[in-house]
Amino acid sequence: MAKGTVAIKTERCKGCSFCVEFCPPKVLALSPVYNAKGYHPPQLIDPDKCTGCDLCGMYCPDFAIHGFRFPKAAAEPAPTVGAAA
Amino acid sequence: MSTAETPTEMPLCEQAPGENPICENPVEQFLRTDRMPHIWCPGCGIGTTVNCFARALLKTGLDLRKVVVVSGIGCTGRVAGYVKLDSFHTTHGRAIPFATGLKLANPELTVVVYSGDGDLTSIGGNHLIHAARRNLDLKVICVNNLTYSMTGGQAAATTPEDSITTTSPYGAFEPAMNIPHLVAAAGATFVARWTTFHVAQTMKAMQRMLTRRGFSFLEVISPCPTLYQRRNQMGDGLDTMKHYKEVSVSNNNANLAEIGMTKSGQITVGNFLEIERPDYLEAMRAQLRNRLQERYIEVGGAPCQN
Repeated sequence: MAKGTVAIKTERCKGCSFCVEFCPPKVLALSPVYNAKGYHPPQLIDPDKCTGCDLCGMYCPDFAIHGFRFPKAAAEPAPTVGAAA
Repeated sequence: MSTAETPTEMPLCEQAPGENPICENPVEQFLRTDRMPHIWCPGCGIGTTVNCFARALLKTGLDLRKVVVVSGIGCTGRVAGYVKLDSFHTTHGRAIPFATGLKLANPELTVVVYSGDGDLTSIGGNHLIHAARRNLDLKVICVNNLTYSMTGGQAAATTPEDSITTTSPYGAFEPAMNIPHLVAAAGATFVARWTTFHVAQTMKAMQRMLTRRGFSFLEVISPCPTLYQRRNQMGDGLDTMKHYKEVSVSNNNANLAEIGMTKSGQITVGNFLEIERPDYLEAMRAQLRNRLQERYIEVGGAPCQN
């Protein structure tokens, strides 16, 4: 189960591939598609390994990508309900 | 583009733009997004430094209405146009004089000078030295790409020896300026140098600068793939970042006289210096209070509130 993922604004990307190179778990790759300016934006190739560490977001010179962690699942209400009864 | 080429799994935020606040890039609030994409070349490191700066601002939690960015002319000078703060794009080399006036007229402001090596050390070199000497409470971020980029890649004061540029087709032979050594000698109270590869360290240094008083100077070595790296057969922006990773040596206690930039040699990085001494306003007030005694009436705060 992935801890996080990345959000990509593909139209801002200029294909420098800083995010691909410096991603610690190496979950990104440049996609074969082009954006409107003719660059190859990155895509997640291994979504399960993404930790949402946001290092890609710190490297991106075009503010096109950032990582984020999924919010923790809400605390299960079942035990408290059971205890009160 | 045929539909068959489209990635099967689109990123989460492409599917539902604006619906989930977590999908919003945290630095977006600091940017004038209507001006994006910016003019910086693919592989240029200036955007990375702005990214670090925005994240540093986010972490310090400063009141954004009291943060001002002043830039001069050049590629890095464009930063003033892209940050959603009060910002000034000043004349060539005069970012520091402008910031000096701003700081002295309204001492409550956090004034950041964000400019390039050509603007700060060549055309505005004198101002840099004197601002450091006076210990003005300015935060100077100098993005050093080792050349004059916006005008076509001429040899700058920071161009390392033997580099090929437009104006040195057989290699530059003037010794390059060692900026951290210069500002430390002139009296700066915080001096650091990092490269665009060291994003976390750059962000932390910026955070430190934003929260301390006194003249703080940060040099960020950045690739200029279009003009410097290409003419010197040093690859593109990514190759330069990998090169920085290889040759950078972090040493906070480095001898500043020995850390000048060379074409492909070691890059010494670190937070070299942090000392405390009275800043310009403090020193001025203390001197006047001393001389004038009870005749001195201190005027504080912002003079132009209404």
